[in-house]
Amino acid sequence: MPVSSALAFSGAAFDPLPATIDASERRQRLSKIATQVRRSVVEMIARARAGHIGGDLSTTDTLATLFFAVLRVNPENPHDPKRDRFILSKGHCAAALYSTLALRGFFPAQDLVTFMQPLSALNGHPNRKVPGVEANTGPLGHGLPIGVGSAIASRLSRKNWRTFVVLGDGELQEGSNWEAAMCAGHRQLETLTAIVDRNRLQQGARTEDTNRLDPLADKWRAFGWEVVECDGHDHQALFDALTHPRSGKPVCVIANSIKGKGVSFIEDRVEWHHKVPSAEQVELALKELV
Amino acid sequence: MNAPAVTKIETFDCRQAFSETLIELAQSDPRIVAVCNDSVGSSNLLQFQKLFPDRLINVGIAEQDMIGVSAGLANGGFVPFVCGAAPFLTGRGLEQIKVDAAYNGYHIVLCGMSPGMAYGELGPTHHSIEDLSWLRAIDGLAVVVPADPAQTCAAVRWAAKAGTPAYLRIGRTKAPSVSPDESKAFAFGQVNVLRQGSSLTIVATGILVSRALEAADALAEKGLDARVINVSTIKPLDEAAIIAAARETGAIVTAEEATIEGGLGAAVAEVVVRNAPVPMRILGVKGFAPTGSATYLLDHFGLSRDGIVAAALELKGQ
Repeated sequence: MPVSSALAFSGAAFDPLPATIDASERRQRLSKIATQVRRSVVEMIARARAGHIGGDLSTTDTLATLFFAVLRVNPENPHDPKRDRFILSKGHCAAALYSTLALRGFFPAQDLVTFMQPLSALNGHPNRKVPGVEANTGPLGHGLPIGVGSAIASRLSRKNWRTFVVLGDGELQEGSNWEAAMCAGHRQLETLTAIVDRNRLQQGARTEDTNRLDPLADKWRAFGWEVVECDGHDHQALFDALTHPRSGKPVCVIANSIKGKGVSFIEDRVEWHHKVPSAEQVELALKELV
Repeated sequence: MNAPAVTKIETFDCRQAFSETLIELAQSDPRIVAVCNDSVGSSNLLQFQKLFPDRLINVGIAEQDMIGVSAGLANGGFVPFVCGAAPFLTGRGLEQIKVDAAYNGYHIVLCGMSPGMAYGELGPTHHSIEDLSWLRAIDGLAVVVPADPAQTCAAVRWAAKAGTPAYLRIGRTKAPSVSPDESKAFAFGQVNVLRQGSSLTIVATGILVSRALEAADALAEKGLDARVINVSTIKPLDEAAIIAAARETGAIVTAEEATIEGGLGAAVAEVVVRNAPVPMRILGVKGFAPTGSATYLLDHFGLSRDGIVAAALELKGQ
């Protein structure tokens, strides 16, 4: 397959947004970045003949907002001890993370074509060989405990970095998340933010038909968290939620999203959890993603 | 008639040496933190907590969270010593050990307290006989079993500087010291040959080392000259010492307070079969233990002086 425009960018394709920026300009610029991430995701998965396209597309707007408007990270110095930490607990959405990291300048975008190719650093799940990846994830329920440890480290070291963890909603069926949620609430880890990509679909069915999560916000509140619900595709709403003022509690952002967001025939369809688009479908998808 | 004078041999629980060393290291290395699962007392961390209240992170009864939290602390520049009863630390948190600690390559020291059958009568739920087999299969994770306080101190010092993930098995069942020279008690990746011999070799780890030495004394009375090797680093194994023992003594008995499937015996057999095949006997725990004290159960499974002697004699056709 020839490399199309979706992967034909080099270096940091977009600058991070300045701290002071008009809300409408922020929305416009993040929207443009997210579209590019989505185009990259579609093409990477088509080339690799594998991936998790539905969840990639539902969490793309959160990743774009974090990496271009919220996180204090520096691609030139990815191990800066004071950096903010980001952990993708739903590690199966690696294509969206890799695309975002490449667009932000953590590694050359041309590497994205190696996604899941033999010996590529870009494994089907994130690993620390890739600049910008803080933790190897994949099995569900691992990211939040690591985020809790990072937030404790931030407090102990007095370096005061923030920690963000993106979780799938189906993933919350894993008990380890609630061990970590209890721990973070008890310790009032206000530098920790968990973002739940609430697309309401898991691999084989709706979350509420599989193992009900609602009332989800109440669950987090009961564990001692501040909860902010927002439209997971509204960049300004995401920005406001992700920069929620510190209140002495960890923050849970429930980002209400649509699995497969941005591609009409993929949106909210359970079979697109890890289906691979055909060449015609790629073409259709890229036409929609402009 | 007066009873004959008996010299009582002093025995030790390794947790005291563990916590004293950890405190000493923490005083000069601010990166060191202790993480535990409500086991402040049973992990002997009360004094650590008193001296470094902020650096004792008790996450409650939540082993999966405990290991994930430790990975986050390691990411943030700390060196976590993760303490919990060995059966729960390794069993409940196994995937976290594999992924969060080993696959990430974080410098995390997993400290399995009261391993083997130390909890005796509490039964197989509280025994940790599978830990060596499970953890030996995980890439990049060192597996260390100190046999006495001197080895424990040195192993903790090594682990604090290792830079890579490690599992330390910290014994609770009291056993005598087996380190003739405490300044050379432990070198990571190297065995200690405690007794030279040419008839056969007894390879032991942890609290079985002192029993192996007693067995060698008994075998000497029967004219068999047994070499005794203390393997305190199960992984990576000191292959050269095992190969030399196989070639020079022609027979090996292994002894460990762990299942006979996949632990020290298996590790030794893998080396022997590839390099210098010799007859072997693997002594360990067979199946879930019945009710009994720790020492009763060791004897029950033949993990005793007499059990080792019997295996050696049978192996040598005597």
